[in-house]
Formats: sequence, structure tokens, C-alpha cells
Amino acid sequence: MSFISLLWVLLLGSLLGLELIGKVPPTLHTPLMSGANAISGITMLAALTLIVKAEGNVPLLIIGSVSLGFALFNVVGGFFVTDRMLAMFSRKPSNKK
Amino acid sequence: MNLPVIIKFVIDLLAVLLLALGIKGLSKVKSARDANRLAAFAMSLSVVGLLSYYLGTSGIAIQSWIWILIGSIIGSLFGAILAKKVPMTSMPETVALFNGCGGMSSLLVALGVAIFPISGGQENFDFFKSLINEVSISVSIFVGAITFTGSIVAMAKLQGWLSTPGWTQSKVRHFVNIVFAVASLIAFFDLINGNTSSIWLLVIVSSLLGIGVTLPIGGADMPVVISLLNSYSGIAAAAAGFVVDSQLLIVAGAMVGAAGLILTQVMCKGMNRSLVSVLFGGSLSAQSTASSGSGEYTNITSCSVEECALTLEAANKVIIVPGYGLAVAQAQHTLREVTKKLEQNGIEVVYAIHPVAGRMPGHMNVLLAEADVPYEQLKEMDVVNPDFPATDVVLVLGANDVVNPQAKNDSSSPLYGMPVLDVQEARTVFVIKRGMSAGYSGIKNDLFDLPNTSMVFGDAKKVLNDLIGELKDLGVGEK
Repeated sequence: MSFISLLWVLLLGSLLGLELIGKVPPTLHTPLMSGANAISGITMLAALTLIVKAEGNVPLLIIGSVSLGFALFNVVGGFFVTDRMLAMFSRKPSNKK
Repeated sequence: MNLPVIIKFVIDLLAVLLLALGIKGLSKVKSARDANRLAAFAMSLSVVGLLSYYLGTSGIAIQSWIWILIGSIIGSLFGAILAKKVPMTSMPETVALFNGCGGMSSLLVALGVAIFPISGGQENFDFFKSLINEVSISVSIFVGAITFTGSIVAMAKLQGWLSTPGWTQSKVRHFVNIVFAVASLIAFFDLINGNTSSIWLLVIVSSLLGIGVTLPIGGADMPVVISLLNSYSGIAAAAAGFVVDSQLLIVAGAMVGAAGLILTQVMCKGMNRSLVSVLFGGSLSAQSTASSGSGEYTNITSCSVEECALTLEAANKVIIVPGYGLAVAQAQHTLREVTKKLEQNGIEVVYAIHPVAGRMPGHMNVLLAEADVPYEQLKEMDVVNPDFPATDVVLVLGANDVVNPQAKNDSSSPLYGMPVLDVQEARTVFVIKRGMSAGYSGIKNDLFDLPNTSMVFGDAKKVLNDLIGELKDLGVGEK
């Protein structure tokens, strides 16, 4: 991938992000922030790449592994905590009718 | 293009699509939970895509698998445990902690790549060859470090582990932060010039910059900062995407970065603060002591729980204004008991939710939903404000700044212009509060001095429990 096409990817991704959450009820701001935060843990892919490409370089393997740990802490924790918050909303309308 | 490349391309495309749908779905109450799971699925899909690509091309060494397992098991385990254990009231600091770790991850990736330029002629992993790689490594380290230290400071302040040091409220901090910023710029360009050793300088000064910028910010503004840092962690992820040449990372990082910015803006609006004043203005309480905001109360009426119960019994319409104090006392379930009794007596009960009630937009809705309050009874500020003149009793529970009439009447007040709930329009207002301490902003609340306001002093949970007892004695809610 050339640098220019990566820049295009960056630009379009940003525009997509701006469009996607244009209208959100305030109720959902905290869960949305938490969910988006979990997605930012996508750096786990970079950490994985690092480990795979380390080729037996132990310090690099360790750095990659620690990085992967931090990223997955963010991802797994983020999604679980968001689910916990949202579980409280979604059971409401069905209960009270 | 060979097969592994095509497969990875298709999986990445699918993952991006699902992530976008996930974020989109998170903006509607109905679809939010499924959307969150969809996003989680998309993330796992992206891992499968990446691993299958390497399996199909270069292969993955046993050693690599071991380190992958170690990192992912430990990280996931701690994340899951914390997410299950943490109380709902601590959501803001939890999000801050997760966020900081995301930043740390990007920082480490860039650091690893910078210190150990990988040898062995792997064509698309030839770092430090081009300027672009050096720039993206520097950006990743810079933003990652700020995200990490900033988030940790934010978490520590919200947990009450860290207070706002006095010097950070003076002009000194601008000078200090400018020094840090200039130093990071120098390290940044030095690094791009190929001087690898300045990488440590960059790590250190950008970490310090993250601390220096976050430390002076007061508790009330912290949600804005966390949201902004959330946006940064997206940018850090995108930068890491440039480092390892991954379009998926760049797209996802950019989406989160943009989403975080929008949320930050919305939060600032709700609190009537501009982003600039949040970041550079210092804490609100420090400003208010200098202005006319502070002052003595002259006309406080306090009353007993019994009087409060009698007034409630005679009411037709009651509006509850919950605030963070309610959450601290863990009294949302007790409150629900009280309102159930009132409803059984045919009294109309509504909850007025200020956009920033609790500690983040939407935080209070989460807490009340946890206590089984029907979603339809939660009314947003603009909807409920016209109802106050026709309301008999307003119960203010642990809310303070969001019901301060100063925001409407006193143009010299630091709160002036902030949208507030017009509770003083109601016939009677009961404020349940521990004592006369000020709210987040540290500003005197004129509401407490008004003739139709009575203070019921005590811990929210205890007062509500007593209230249940009194209502029982009055025969309320017993058919």
C-alpha cells in the first residue's frame, strides 16, 4: 500500500467516523464512548504483527506481548463493560409494557 | 495477488463494515447492545484475518504463538475481571483506565519497531527506511504517551487518589507545559532526522506533557478530557496503523478519533464550556473563588423527613432530580422504592435528567436503569423544564450545579449560561443533601436560599429509607 493511498484511507475513515455518530441521544453517550474506546484497542493487530515478525528477537517478543496485553485489556474490558451498561437499557422496554 | 492476500483483504473489508455498523448501531437504544456485540465480533474477525494471512504466507513461529498466548490471556483476563467487578458509579475512571492502556499499546508497538529495526529482508517490514515510517513512529509514541499518562492522571483524580496541586492553578503550568511541548517537538524532529537515541527523550517529555495538561483540570471537566483522550487513543491507533502498514488499523483508529471528537464537543455544549477553557482555564472552582460565585447562605430552611413525606403524600405531580450524590450513596434502588409507593397512590412521578447528570452524559440513565426505573419516566431537560411550574414537589437528590438558578440570573457567575433544570418554578423543592458543601463547581447554589426550598440533611440512602418508613405510616402505597 503506498503512503498516498494510506492517507486516503485515513481521510475516509475520519469522515466515516464523523458521519456515523452525528445523532446520538445523550442517554447513550457513556456507552458509546466506552464502545468506541474498546474499538481503539484495535492496536492489538499492530502488536500481533510485531510478535509474528519478531523472528526470535526476545526483547521484541516481550515488548509485543506486553503491548498485546494492554490492547486486549482495553478491548475485552471495554466491550464487557459496555455490554453491562447496555444490558440495563435493553431489558427495560420489554419488561414494562 | 495470491490467495492469503485476497482472503485478508475480504476479511478486513468485512471487519471495517461491521465496525462501522457497530458504531452506528450504538447510537440507538434499541440496537445498541447488539451493535456492541457486532463490533466485538468484528474485532475478533480482524484478528482471525491477520493470523490466517501470516499462516498462509510467512508462517508463525512457535515462539511467537507462545508470546501471543501469554499477552492475550493475561490482558483479556484482567480486562474481563475488572469489567465484571467495577461498580457502575466508577464507569468514568474505568473508561479512562482502559483508554490509557490502548494508548500504551500503540506506544509500545512504535517503541519496539524503533528500537529493534527488524532484519532479514522482509520487504514490507523495512522500517526506518523512509521518512514516513519515522514520522508515524514518532506520532504514535507522542500521542500514545499523552493518552497513557493523561488517562492515568484522569483516573487517579476521579478516584480521589490525586488532588489538584496548587501550583497547577497558576500561570506557571502554562510555562511548564510549553517547555514540555517544545522539548517533545525537538525530540520529534531529531527522531525524524534519524537520531534514534532521542526516542527516549520523546517518550519522557510527551509522558510529562500528558500529566501536565491533565493535572490542572478539575473534576467537573474530567469527562470532557476522558472523551478527548479517547479520541487521541484512536489517533494513536491510526498512527500505529501507518507503522505496521495496516489499512484496517488506520480506518478503525480514524473512526474512533473522529467519534471521540464529536462526543467531546457534545459534552462541552452540555456543560456550557468551550474546549479551550476546559484545557487551559484550570478548574472551575479555582476561578469561582476569585469571582462573585462564593458567598454565605442567608435563608436556609431545613425540614424533617416527616414533613417531606407529608408534602409528598399531598402532591399530584413529583419530579425527581437525581445527581451524582445519589449514585455515590448507592441509593438508586431505595429511590425506586419511594417512587413505587408514590405511584401506587396515583401520584405522577417523573425523573428529570440533566445532560451531564452523574459524571458523564448518559451516566445517570445507566444508574437508574440499573435500579429498574422504567425508561419512559426518564425525561430530558428540554422536555421536562416546561413542566416545573405545574409540579407540586421536586426532590433534588445529590444534584447541585445543574439546579443552580445562578446559571440563568447572575451574569457574573462562572456557571452563567449553562443549561439548568428550572426546579425553583415548582411549588415546593426538597433538597436532600449531606451538608452545605458546594457542588463540583465549588459555587454557592442560590436555590438553597429560596423560600420554597427546604433542605433535608442526611445521607441520601438513609433519608430515602426514613422516607419509606414515614410514607408507610401515612398509609401511602398500601391498598
